[in-house]
Amino acid sequence: MSSIAGGGAVALPQPVRSGASTLPLRLKVEQASYAYAATDRSAPKFTLGPASFEAQQRELLAILGPNASGKSTMLKLLAGLLKPLSGRIEVDGVEVSELDLKVRAQKIALVAQESELLFPLRVWEYVLQGRYPYGRRLRFESDEDCLLAGNALAQVGADALRDRWMDQLSGGEKQRVILARALAQQPSLLLLDEPTQHLDIGGKVELLRRLRRLADENRYTVIVVTHDLNLAAEFSDRIVLLHKGKCPRIGTPAEVYERELLEEVFEAPLEVEIGYSGRPRVILRATR
Amino acid sequence: MRPLTPQRILATCLGLCGVLFVVAVISLRMGAYPISVRDIVSTLFNAAAGRRDEVPVEFWQVVFGLRLPRIALGILVGASLSTAGAGFQALLRNPLADPYVLGVSSGAALGAIVSLIVAPHTVGAIQIAAFIGAASTIAAVYFLGRRGGQLDSPTLLLAGIVAASFLSAIIMFLLTMVTGSELRSIAFWLMGDLTAPPPTTNVVGWLGFLFFVFIVAAGAMYTTSSDLNLILTGEQEAKHLGVNVNRVKFVVYIAASVLTGLAVSVSGAIGYVGLLVPHVMRMLFGTDYRMLIPTAAIGGAIAIVLADTLARTVVAPTELPVGAMTALAGAPVFIYLMRRRMR
Repeated sequence: MSSIAGGGAVALPQPVRSGASTLPLRLKVEQASYAYAATDRSAPKFTLGPASFEAQQRELLAILGPNASGKSTMLKLLAGLLKPLSGRIEVDGVEVSELDLKVRAQKIALVAQESELLFPLRVWEYVLQGRYPYGRRLRFESDEDCLLAGNALAQVGADALRDRWMDQLSGGEKQRVILARALAQQPSLLLLDEPTQHLDIGGKVELLRRLRRLADENRYTVIVVTHDLNLAAEFSDRIVLLHKGKCPRIGTPAEVYERELLEEVFEAPLEVEIGYSGRPRVILRATR
Repeated sequence: MRPLTPQRILATCLGLCGVLFVVAVISLRMGAYPISVRDIVSTLFNAAAGRRDEVPVEFWQVVFGLRLPRIALGILVGASLSTAGAGFQALLRNPLADPYVLGVSSGAALGAIVSLIVAPHTVGAIQIAAFIGAASTIAAVYFLGRRGGQLDSPTLLLAGIVAASFLSAIIMFLLTMVTGSELRSIAFWLMGDLTAPPPTTNVVGWLGFLFFVFIVAAGAMYTTSSDLNLILTGEQEAKHLGVNVNRVKFVVYIAASVLTGLAVSVSGAIGYVGLLVPHVMRMLFGTDYRMLIPTAAIGGAIAIVLADTLARTVVAPTELPVGAMTALAGAPVFIYLMRRRMR
């Protein structure tokens, strides 16, 4: 277990899966921080304090925290959409903010919460967009692009949806198609911003199982931002806990899920117990 | 999965060019002095073969002196407005965006009128002034249409309406400075009109210059068509996929302003073509901008040549401004699209 707040010396926790420590390092976050300000001269409105952690191939890492804890800022830093104010973020040994836009899109795919289409689009057209980083600016899709887009659809079990219109899909189907477009990018790092937000419990479990499988079988490094403490505990290897722009703890679910810590971060009366799978489970303590 | 290919785009465009040719021949035939299709074909054939002596003088004057330049101008204006409309819809992520609705045409018209007053005899001044007017207006509307740092569709349209009425007031003020006969022709031109004489006697050279500007601006926009497809799914998402969004927006902004300025400088403010034609082409050929930009350009040309033919025949021998014809057809469809979007 390691406490990282304030940017002191960092002892990184080891992943829980056996043999995972021998896998190549994919993501390295070193004392990365960020601050939002209304103007260049005004005081920052929100600061994400320096945080350090690493992720390896085949690892599923969850970023947890209440609202306004800095989860989305952290995800944008990892995606290269924001440049860290201090520190470094490296993917496969290269600093993310220095990558060319298309090269970055070949390494990192970000699955947004919602895809807001202006005009109707078929599923296969949408998934083919994931091949954009692999060509010139004005490009026409090759047979290989079609094959890879088809594979991506198959990987998320959305093969049968390929000729449907995007705006006619259910929440769960749409989430799978958005994930398929990200897979068509053939990234090594897959980032997901609250992917379970609009899904029912069955959809949430199915998506997390799928992500777990993608990490295990296809060597992706998956980073999921989520509010769901129990799903994160069940499916992730490690958890980055954020609170008010600071990172109070990083570690395996068992290391992070301490009652006092979670109660302080989420400001709710919580109970932590060990579930059937041997992983921690969080229950809301009755307050009535 | 049947991805778009250059061959499919080419075949579609050739088909549309065939339709445009038929519409152009119908337009050449109709008018106060009717000419049969056979005479038109023989006139065009003899002209192409360099046998001017074999063409009756009145045919030559009607076909090459009046109707053909007007059709060429209609093609240019329709293609420019429609391409600009498709560009504005992607740039502002708003399906109701169009040079006329956003007030950009009014900005271009104001620029053109200022140049008519300040430098009436300078060739090309009106085009440059119309471009500056269009570019300034879209910049103003873009910033007025933002709420909380994001483009907001209703706010953007309101900003366009406000800009158009404000610019119209300035145009009215400027019109009080011109004399009676000029006033009538400018008022007619403001409604959208293709009868304005070219500023030089070298009509072919003048049209060639205008088409060259069109090709450069529309070509520049076409280079961004793959990027625009991604921007339509959201700017943030486009950035994740490696699109340099700021560069694309800048290219489309300049190209669409040039195209609007070009169209307005020769024909006044013709409404709704830039809105409707891209929508019709999306319905027919899909939303992909690699297909949409060329088909919208040819579709816009067909729409204006058709509208102009109707404008000069429905109340013959009097003529309606072509802008009145497009507004008659366009306003109800605009309301339909707006209501469908609000549902």
